[in-house]
Amino acid sequence: MIRSHIMLCSGTGCVASGCHAISDAIEAEIKAVGLESEVKIVHTGCFGLCALGPIMIIYPEGSFYAQVKPEDCKEIVDEHLLKGRIVKRLLYHETVGDDKLTNLSDTGFYKKQKRIALRLCGVIDPEHIDEYIGFNGYEALGKVLTEMKPEEVIDLLKKSGLRGRGGAGFPTGLKWEFAAKAKGEQKYVCCNADEGDPGAFMDRSILEGDPHAIIEAMTIAAYAIGADKGYVYVRAEYPIAVTRLEIAIKQAKEYGLLGENIFESGFGFDLEIRLGAGAFVCGEETALMTSIEGNRGEPRPRPPFPAVKGLFNCPTVLNNVETYANIPQIILNGTDWFTSMGTETSKGTKVFALGGNVTNVGLVEVPMGTTLREIVEEIGGGVPGGKKFKAAQTGGPSGGCIPAEHFDVPIDFEQLTAIGSMMGSGGLIVMDEDSCMVDIAKYFLGFTVEESCGKCTPCRIGTKRLYELLDKITSGNGEMSDFDMLDTLCHHIISSSLCALGQTAPNPVLSTLNYFKDEYLAHIVEKRCPAGVCKDLLRYTIIEEKCIGCTVCLKNCPTNAITGAVKVPHVINQEKCIKCDVCVEKCKFNAILKQ
Amino acid sequence: MKSLAELAAIRDKMKQNATIREDGESTIRIVVGMATCGIAAGARPVLNAITAELAAQNVTNATVAQTGCIGRCTLEPIVDVIVPGEDIVTYVHVTPDKISKIISSHVKEGIPVVEYTVGAYEN
Repeated sequence: MIRSHIMLCSGTGCVASGCHAISDAIEAEIKAVGLESEVKIVHTGCFGLCALGPIMIIYPEGSFYAQVKPEDCKEIVDEHLLKGRIVKRLLYHETVGDDKLTNLSDTGFYKKQKRIALRLCGVIDPEHIDEYIGFNGYEALGKVLTEMKPEEVIDLLKKSGLRGRGGAGFPTGLKWEFAAKAKGEQKYVCCNADEGDPGAFMDRSILEGDPHAIIEAMTIAAYAIGADKGYVYVRAEYPIAVTRLEIAIKQAKEYGLLGENIFESGFGFDLEIRLGAGAFVCGEETALMTSIEGNRGEPRPRPPFPAVKGLFNCPTVLNNVETYANIPQIILNGTDWFTSMGTETSKGTKVFALGGNVTNVGLVEVPMGTTLREIVEEIGGGVPGGKKFKAAQTGGPSGGCIPAEHFDVPIDFEQLTAIGSMMGSGGLIVMDEDSCMVDIAKYFLGFTVEESCGKCTPCRIGTKRLYELLDKITSGNGEMSDFDMLDTLCHHIISSSLCALGQTAPNPVLSTLNYFKDEYLAHIVEKRCPAGVCKDLLRYTIIEEKCIGCTVCLKNCPTNAITGAVKVPHVINQEKCIKCDVCVEKCKFNAILKQ
Repeated sequence: MKSLAELAAIRDKMKQNATIREDGESTIRIVVGMATCGIAAGARPVLNAITAELAAQNVTNATVAQTGCIGRCTLEPIVDVIVPGEDIVTYVHVTPDKISKIISSHVKEGIPVVEYTVGAYEN
């Protein structure tokens, strides 16, 4: 009989940091000491703390081993599994207290988290349907099909206050009600897994770690609106997520949890995967459905909304992965449980992909209303290297930058909009004092220019012009009149673009203009980049008093821009300097000034 | 799968998994001394007997863990049964044939097998 489980994270993050080699090594070591019949290796989805991968948790002790290397596996097996002695030196340091081990759920990263959408990520093996069922999987579907009428499901969802987690925050129950009431023989249920925000990866993690939750929720949606066919639209660049979803669909069909006459209720539902080619615009609902239909992924004007006229012109419900992941839990635990979390207008939790200049890069799920400070400092472990927090970017290319002064604003849909950003799909990029806000705005604009589908003029040409203006400013050619031009252009793009891609594209510019105008001014008036990022505005000079004339910089300069003799202060020729930063890295005396 | 009962049957079968991975407050812990002294005295067959017996008797609310040397090497194999909220009960000179009774009486019914405990040995 099995007495111990080794949970090995096999999410994309840990695959990248080498968990397959760990898996092979640990398996070999277990065989070597003959523990195969006592210890089980479980390949799970993402635990969230990707910065510490590859991650391994051994139960029943709950020991959290971080950044495991193949050569550590022998020690873990010999000591922990065979002799029962936990290998302290390999544990995540926060779990090692003075006299005893701290429970993982009490460490800074996990303490304030509340995992609903990520409930089983890192807990089950996503490639075995029995594991999902063992944690009450498909019970919500069973309850819905045997005890509830479709209207009751919709009512329950409306009461729960669940709002779409894909970005806009539209009430999910209402969306389902529109689709249920819309007239049509054929209806569809779709899942938006076309996660495109740079830095956001919660949908991928849910599909990788708990794919059956999505299948269960989509089947519930189909029952509620009267659909019998569904599609998951997922990008082809998520190969692990696609594979696990395929396995999950196959197993659900074998168990009769997908297909005809589920639980002998007379209701049937079929689900297929459609792969996207990775265009950002295909995350927009009308473009996504156009793409499923087999056409080029371009948006169309709304109304009519998909609930009335969606996929193949039929009433369609389209929800995001994270939204679906909440639904079985709401049905099983009730609306009171769900509404007890969150703020007045935003109930439940939200998953954030924490990235950038923060110690604990990873995936976190917190109740709505948690402050940015709690997420960045307590859960994220703060900004590394003793640097100062400058701003957080939420909502990706559609969102904005939140400065330190709004650090204590409770985050929900309304609050984020009020301070000039948006929830978006939940990317949260932390920036320290070395980040240039004009450069950040330019980075996101570069992304939208690239991803604009080109169907409407304001987005196609407007974002390009906006990018050119920012480029002009960061290269030192900005003029005061550019402020007016930026402002006008932003508002025209917002008011006249066809879809959300264009309508939100100027947000990074507007929010940085609002909170960091002094940085724009420094670029335009003083021709200076305060953070030292924009190359064209940088000047490298040698501080004569500090330079001892060691010739190291001179030897390393790739363009021979530095001249001088031994024990004589060197000089940089500004004409030849390409601002590659090599001299700064090589100088041991901090004698090179960059400003 | 046709009915909710079939779903429940799979779920219950998988609950053993769930017990190991949850730090449930009602979970009983069975801890076997597995240092050199314990292993030399025969702790390995004892451990195997415990896991086999838990499965045979359908116990889903207990986990098995190992520990190091407690210092009383002459009393090995030593097994602690820790029921939440109660004092730890320590069994000494445990052999595989004693396991069935410990599981059925102590783990399942809550009645320690007094004659196998360290207290009985010392008397």
